[in-house]
Amino acid sequence: MQNRPPKSWRDAVEHEINIPDQPILATDKVRYVGEALAVIVAESRYLAEDAAELIEVDLEPLPAVATVDMALATDAPKVHDDLKSNVVARLRIRKGDAAGILASGVRSIRHRFTNHRYLAMPIECRGVVSQYDSRSDSLTIWSSTQVVHWVRREVAVRLGLPESRVRCIAPDVGGGFGVKGHVYPEDVLIPYLARRLGRPVKWIEDRHEHLLNSTHARDDRHDVEVAFDDKGRILAIRDNFVKDSGAYTPVGIGAPSNTIAHLLGPYDIPHLEAAATVVVTNKTPNAPYRGSGRPEGVFVMERLMDLVARELGMDPVELRLRNMIPPERMPYSVGIPYRDGVPVVYDSGDFPAALHEAINALGGLEAIRAEQRAAWAEGRFLGLGVASFVEGTGAGPFEGATVRIDPSGEIFVATGACAQGQGHETIFAQVAADEWGVTPDQVTVSIADTGSIALGYGTIASRSAVNSSSAIRKASAVLRQKVFAIAGHLLECAIEDLELRDGRVSVKGVPTMSISLAEIAQAARPGWDHRRPPGMSGGLEVTEYFEPPTVTWAYATHAALVEIDRITGAPIIRKYVVVHDSGVLINPKLADGQVLGGVCQGIGGGLLEEVIYDQDGQLLTGSLMDYLVPTASDMPPIEVIHRETPSPLNELGVKGLGEGGAIAPPVAIANAVCDALRPAGYEIFATPIRRSEILKAIDKILG
Amino acid sequence: MKPAPFNYRAPDKLTEALDLLATYGSDAKVLAGGQSLVPAMNFRLNRFALLIDINRIRELEYIRIDGQVLRIGALTRHRDIEMSPLVREHAPLVAEAVRHVAHLPIRTRGTIGGSLSHADPAAESPAIVLALDGTLVLQSRTGARSVRATEFFQGMFSTALQPNELLVEIQLPVAQPGQRFAFEEVSRRRGDFAIVGVGAMVNLQHGRISQARFAACGVGTGPVRLRAAEQLLEQQVPTAALFARAAAAAAAAVDPQTDIHADAEYRRRLLAGLVERVGMRAAGLSEGAKRD
Repeated sequence: MQNRPPKSWRDAVEHEINIPDQPILATDKVRYVGEALAVIVAESRYLAEDAAELIEVDLEPLPAVATVDMALATDAPKVHDDLKSNVVARLRIRKGDAAGILASGVRSIRHRFTNHRYLAMPIECRGVVSQYDSRSDSLTIWSSTQVVHWVRREVAVRLGLPESRVRCIAPDVGGGFGVKGHVYPEDVLIPYLARRLGRPVKWIEDRHEHLLNSTHARDDRHDVEVAFDDKGRILAIRDNFVKDSGAYTPVGIGAPSNTIAHLLGPYDIPHLEAAATVVVTNKTPNAPYRGSGRPEGVFVMERLMDLVARELGMDPVELRLRNMIPPERMPYSVGIPYRDGVPVVYDSGDFPAALHEAINALGGLEAIRAEQRAAWAEGRFLGLGVASFVEGTGAGPFEGATVRIDPSGEIFVATGACAQGQGHETIFAQVAADEWGVTPDQVTVSIADTGSIALGYGTIASRSAVNSSSAIRKASAVLRQKVFAIAGHLLECAIEDLELRDGRVSVKGVPTMSISLAEIAQAARPGWDHRRPPGMSGGLEVTEYFEPPTVTWAYATHAALVEIDRITGAPIIRKYVVVHDSGVLINPKLADGQVLGGVCQGIGGGLLEEVIYDQDGQLLTGSLMDYLVPTASDMPPIEVIHRETPSPLNELGVKGLGEGGAIAPPVAIANAVCDALRPAGYEIFATPIRRSEILKAIDKILG
Repeated sequence: MKPAPFNYRAPDKLTEALDLLATYGSDAKVLAGGQSLVPAMNFRLNRFALLIDINRIRELEYIRIDGQVLRIGALTRHRDIEMSPLVREHAPLVAEAVRHVAHLPIRTRGTIGGSLSHADPAAESPAIVLALDGTLVLQSRTGARSVRATEFFQGMFSTALQPNELLVEIQLPVAQPGQRFAFEEVSRRRGDFAIVGVGAMVNLQHGRISQARFAACGVGTGPVRLRAAEQLLEQQVPTAALFARAAAAAAAAVDPQTDIHADAEYRRRLLAGLVERVGMRAAGLSEGAKRD
């Protein structure tokens, strides 16, 4: 099971986990609207949909469990009859004595925060195509997935085939964002049908199916208490939250674990008690989407920062600075375990500098406050919203790379990462080119194909730049020993005297004494007339696996300047700034793209996108007319500023950056809206941000 | 999301289309730009025996002036209306409002006749035709009849069109000296159906409003004339205070729907804001407002 937390985590965290099985097709019970209960194979989708109308299903309506409160009620119907209750997991992590601090009479506030349900909307929906070869009893699967090796394993296990007879390829996928980061029933069902029918079978999800049946995300509710002193030092946080997992938990406790691990953010807070209750309901399963549990926790923490500042009459920026971990305390041990079981240690960075830089990019705090006062005097509402966060990236357990030098001298690299448009081929070619002193166009990259590399983990959790790049470097280092050994043999010199330069191995200081990678590869070929040193095996190919010690910590501050439209209540983002540190950037242009794309999704999640169910668990947002995805014209001016603090946890110094952009926008915008409407005392406790509520606050100010 | 089976005909003469409608009646559906119909078909919300594609009937695609009447063929694309100098000169309200209809690719396919026949309560065109007191020409094999916009719209997706009739022409009165126009809408994203939209004509004669026409979309089961606001404005000297009162009166008189995009209270609040903003603009009391 890819999702089972390791023993070190299980030992460190109070937990109770009862993950229900998810059937490939519903049999005795249908648990959510959209769950497949029959499969139709036809020669066209038109015919299949006509046929679907001919299927009569005899369903007995059962009482719906449409909300977490309904799920937790004492007489609640059970979503899974074989479980004791609708609670499928409880987690609790403590450090210090939050309960004691909160009971000690210090200042404190308590609030309830709700993160609504929304989902990833890649331009390409999911899809699975499979072809069976009866001669070899083997299956090839082309799946729009982020995890080809996991798909292969699941199919092999379910169909009783050895993994070597299943190949999964994810060619040029148009967006993933986590929604394709686990195995779906269709990933198994389509290969099963191809094998059973002996014909290729294709299933391409349409947008309605995507909204109905691809996993949703976020959707939790926090009851939080925070204790602080008069100087604005946060002393303790206690957070009890409930996560609505929908009918199943395809990625286990990943998201709520992230919420807990990231809750304290870049702040030095001595006492924490965080407990998650994961419940099942009659809704589409909930699984990671870009940020995976982090946007939820960051929404809570960063709203709290502003609320505490308000209590103390302090500027929220100042309050953050008073609580932020200063750079001289790096590496900083937080005192809680990460979900890989390793204690959380922020490895590097300068959190206050990122905050300062973000505010300065908006004109500086004094100028912003002066402009805000002037706006208020004119009856306009202008606010500053800030959100700072940290992000564990590059999660393990491993990723592999095969590096091979062809007799042509070209470099071939294969790795288990799966790209969905983020530019993996480009950055892996860059990394390999640097390792071998060649240009990126001399590198051929194979990703997302179980036929290219035996073991892999896939592209989730902002992990590929860290893990695949490091694996390429590691495999290259091992292969270089052999390349140098052959070169030394041919040039008749010591290995220590050799260097790589422009695709050639040459004697240091004597560039005329050199030999090309192609010549070395030809010399290394097995067979007659090879020119390897005695005793060396043939070929130039190495596979190595990089196993990171733990995650490496990226961080960022987002800041938004927002003005409210008085007629519509719409928050108009005048400018949005991201100061982001994900270590050494392999490709700054692609890094910009990653951050910008994430911010767009975060803005969508904060302002527009919302999965809505009625009290019977019926989905009300089944099309893109009802589920509103932001478009280019909804985007404000966004400035991305990169800081580059090298990670000490890998030789390349890189940290992950796939998810960061999407984490903070909902709360940065919420904070800005509340700041703009401070004269009304307006506070946001739930996403999405609603214009109608903003208008009510304006009415309150204007009378 | 594939449609249920249907038969398809694409006549190139109006008479052929009307013959088919006479034969099939409510078993037929007319395809113009298809921007609302095709999604509904793909969701299988619409089922019919015959789809009559009228896109080849070029005789229904025109914009012309006929005395004091601007005539627009029902098959005219939103984009052609948007780009038409005749429309800009003689029906500036239409020219302004049509820019709010969805996005360019949709305006390039979608037709004014399709929009009016579909009668989505959030659509711009019905409100505009209502505000301008337009007339719609409905034709069947047995003849044509003219129906005023006030009678044409009969509620949610419902019109005076009979199953054997086709909307063939929209007639709008040509703008007169003194008449000023404005249209604005609020949608959650640019190009979406309006949550609320308001179109206005204000006739200013000797410093007074001699005539006011206000219509809104998104605040009822169809386009809504805002008569309470009109009555309050007529014969008055336009001032900001007057438009604020008219806005309140308009908002008090409507009965908006609640849906997932906006509740009734928010729609009412938006309506008031837009009536005020549109009225002020039409009366020349404020500069053109920005789109959000």
